[in-house]
Amino acid sequence: MLKFLARRLVTMLLTALCLTFIVFALTNLQPNLEKLAKQQASVRMSDAQVTSWLARHGYARPLLQRYGEWLGVLPGWTGKNADGKPTGRCLSHYEGVKGAKIPTYCGILQGDWGYSTVFREGVGGILATRLTATGWLMLWVLIVMIPTSLIMGVLAGMREGSRLDRSLSVASIASTSTPEYVSGVVLIVLFGSSFTGLSLLFKQWGLISGGVILKGNATSAMSHITFDNFALPVLTISIYGVGYIARMTRASMTEVMTAQYIRTARLKGVSFRNVVLRHALRNALIAPFTVIMLQIPWLLNGVVVTETLFSYKGFGWTLVQAASNNDIELLMGCSVVAVIVVLLTQLISDIGYVYLNPRIRIS
Amino acid sequence: MSDWDPSQPILEIENLSISFFTRLREIPAVMDFSCTVMPGEAMGLVGESGCGKSTVALGVMQDLGRNGRIVGGRIKFKGRDLNLMSDAELRQIRGSEIAMIYQEPMASLNPAMKIGAQLAEVPMIHQGMAKKAAWALARQIVEDVRLPDPDRILKSYPHQLSGGQQQRIVIAMALMSKPALLILDEPTTALDVTVEAGIVDLVKELGRKYGTSMLFISHNLGLILDTCDRLCVMYSGEAVETGSVREVFDKMRHPYTQALFRSIPLPGADKNARPLIAIPGNFPLPHERPEGCNFGPRCDYFQAGRCDRGAIPMEEVPHGDRHESRCLRFAEIDWAAPPAAGKTYQKAEPGEVVLRMDDLRKYYEVSANALFGRSGETKVVKANETLTFEARESETLAIVGESGCGKSTFAKVLMGLETATAGRVRLYGEEIQDTPIEKRNTNTVSSVQMVFQNPFDTLNPSMTVGRQIIRALEVFGEGKSDRERREKMLDLMDLVKLPREFADRMPRQLSGGQKQRVGIARAFAGGAKIVVADEPVSALDVSVQAAVTDLLMEIQRREKTTLLFISHDLSIVRYLADRVMVMYLGHVVEMGTTDEVFAPPYHPYTEALLSAVPIADTRVKKKRIVLDGDIPSAVNPPPGCPFQTRCRWKSQVPGGICETEVPPIKKLPSGHQIKCHLTEDDFATMEPVIEIAAE
Repeated sequence: MLKFLARRLVTMLLTALCLTFIVFALTNLQPNLEKLAKQQASVRMSDAQVTSWLARHGYARPLLQRYGEWLGVLPGWTGKNADGKPTGRCLSHYEGVKGAKIPTYCGILQGDWGYSTVFREGVGGILATRLTATGWLMLWVLIVMIPTSLIMGVLAGMREGSRLDRSLSVASIASTSTPEYVSGVVLIVLFGSSFTGLSLLFKQWGLISGGVILKGNATSAMSHITFDNFALPVLTISIYGVGYIARMTRASMTEVMTAQYIRTARLKGVSFRNVVLRHALRNALIAPFTVIMLQIPWLLNGVVVTETLFSYKGFGWTLVQAASNNDIELLMGCSVVAVIVVLLTQLISDIGYVYLNPRIRIS
Repeated sequence: MSDWDPSQPILEIENLSISFFTRLREIPAVMDFSCTVMPGEAMGLVGESGCGKSTVALGVMQDLGRNGRIVGGRIKFKGRDLNLMSDAELRQIRGSEIAMIYQEPMASLNPAMKIGAQLAEVPMIHQGMAKKAAWALARQIVEDVRLPDPDRILKSYPHQLSGGQQQRIVIAMALMSKPALLILDEPTTALDVTVEAGIVDLVKELGRKYGTSMLFISHNLGLILDTCDRLCVMYSGEAVETGSVREVFDKMRHPYTQALFRSIPLPGADKNARPLIAIPGNFPLPHERPEGCNFGPRCDYFQAGRCDRGAIPMEEVPHGDRHESRCLRFAEIDWAAPPAAGKTYQKAEPGEVVLRMDDLRKYYEVSANALFGRSGETKVVKANETLTFEARESETLAIVGESGCGKSTFAKVLMGLETATAGRVRLYGEEIQDTPIEKRNTNTVSSVQMVFQNPFDTLNPSMTVGRQIIRALEVFGEGKSDRERREKMLDLMDLVKLPREFADRMPRQLSGGQKQRVGIARAFAGGAKIVVADEPVSALDVSVQAAVTDLLMEIQRREKTTLLFISHDLSIVRYLADRVMVMYLGHVVEMGTTDEVFAPPYHPYTEALLSAVPIADTRVKKKRIVLDGDIPSAVNPPPGCPFQTRCRWKSQVPGGICETEVPPIKKLPSGHQIKCHLTEDDFATMEPVIEIAAE
């Protein structure tokens, strides 16, 4: 088991290296850098000025070398700025600090994630707060989504073609085919608007004292989460995800229910309830488990729409800001996080798979 | 239990009809079926696939799925009509009073549940037994079905056991609450013959011990003879003949039963002098059944105007023991008349040596544990060890052995799908052991071809039959233009006796036998000199097997092909092979002409194999030799002689050299070779396994 983990970790590291290098190369394309120079210094710079700006800020050197510096395996660049003062990759944090010991290496290996040009603060700090915010959102989505979808899938799949199956199937197809920007708006109209929808009705009936049933804005959830301010974004994402997982669970459940060992169980005299719970369930969960694990990276990056809709400034929102503002370091930071999350969930899903499916363990 | 007593039938099926309902139509699967099983009696249900025998079993269990429904008749179990029971009452009976054993043990055990839990569940449901007591009972029953190390087995998952062990577990599960009726649905079809013999013995013994009645479903007449007291022959949804096993075997009174017996290779059949008589035509589809007698269109005794008018009832055969037949003419037919003399053939003389294998070895390296294992540790699987033989033109060499004996590996090396580890394979003097198929020239590829076991999987489902044969012709570089190739394809269709219009059909529109004919046509497309037939008929029904075998023989006679016939079915090998090679765990343990191999002296493994094969002939007396345990894994073969772990002659060899040394090949004067430590004197004491009592 340990050997397996060690081997997996090594391959994961290699994958992470490759992926981050690709992102690094793409974000550091020449046009991006020129745009950065113009953003940082002056939009009206001449081409020659841009070139010298790039040279002064350490961008004129080979890509691999800069990637090494970013990683922290090569010493950070040093140079002199226009005033003749020493500058360098590792110096930026110590500006104005007298007598500070300036490190030679300052890449992500040293914990230095770089500096965001949009937010004017360290990338590490931004990522920490934004990830926490999105983390809470993901957690609640998972708590709502997984049980709901599994129950729906199992109920639909245990009697294929029954009325229950058909109604649940219609519901899940409808929910996956409704994108978040539709369901989110509908939900806000229904619950989060004081002019229309249920809130208005409820208020007229005197059931609620405030203006709305649930808040259509989740900004306040950044500081503390309540049912009021968090229910709608969580619901919006869950509705989209539930249908998908429920469909997968149903497919796997119907297949299991036609398996011969289910017939064996039935002809042993096991009651239908126990056939489903004791014999079918574990086998039917193997396929959806992989799907659920694949949903986690999707949740991390795919929540952009919902976060924007409910003005919840999480990871997805940050990613969009970084990408649209050419914030190279922040973009790199985001992609590192995304890569790590993807690889980790894959590892977890592989290990979990082994525990769900005893056939994998030995063979 | 109402007013039932053990003198009355335990199961009584009266005029049962079962239909499946599709959107288009009602498909009758079983019609007017009646049978009675007395306490302690074993009833056999025989028929080809699609005749409705499994449907009867599921009907008894009242588990026909959503589309199936019982449309008529009654099924009485201990005097109570099962059709009228509620779900809860049925659940009470299922598993406790009627238990079922299935065809594929692996599929019928829950892969994610421990064996012990699956077994213990039965008494926990039916007797409300406590978990601990149930596990103790499970342990005892696992011992009863003669499985080694019951504690380990109870804690393992199904996939950790071999096929034979899994089937024993399924049997144990059925016996957990001592049922009154046991339904066995082809319980040994997926198993090897020596393992099958063990299971059959076990079932018989347990039947005696617990006094269980049995409904034994099988397509194998030999197996029925071994296990049952009475049998019922089914054809196309109807019972056509029923009676005691001896009476039906020796004094059959229905043309289908007779035709069935004439189409299976029994001892005495010979491909040249007394060829098998295939049943003409095809099994009718359920919605295309003829008027009157279902077997009419294929029957030799058919009388137009009589056999095709109205339903035919089951009628009592006079002077029989509850012997009935569904034939209008059974009293008129002369049942003793020998079959009309079929064509006899001249024995083909083997020609020059075409293929020669010298000391061929094929080893595979496998890593011991793909996941969670100590990496870097590899094991060597010796799939073929020192294979030496030659095959001549127009000769049939049969390669016999059970699963894992290396017969398929050998075929792969010959075909070029794998390259040999050591040794030489010479085809017309040219060495081909190191040339994989993609590097072989067209001539070599087209001269060594293969007919596969499963015709259902080896044809491309989305290409017409004709197109697939033309494709083979293109690959082999036959014919200059598309028109010429199409002509050639039609000739090939004639060769395998398929109507020419089948060329435009899709594989799904063909029956199993017809698909196998297409496979044969494809193999012979490039004028193959050597055809490796890997169990070509084992997936087919009995009545079709004879026709396909005959076809292969006929083409061989015409084309002077060398046929390497891989099979585990010794009856068919005896019928068609000139020489036989018996393999066990990668070793050739015995080789000689068919007569030599089927008569003493035997290799101890051949002896057991011969004894294990069920023969559907009441005249045959067999010595019962049941091997213990399973075939050892090729990953971890026993030291010394590969067969020593199961050999009953081992004690005859002094000094225990069986366990340390691989035996040498003993050549007897006739050229018969046996790989065994036994001496000539030991061999001389061997008695024949199969004896045919004088008629």
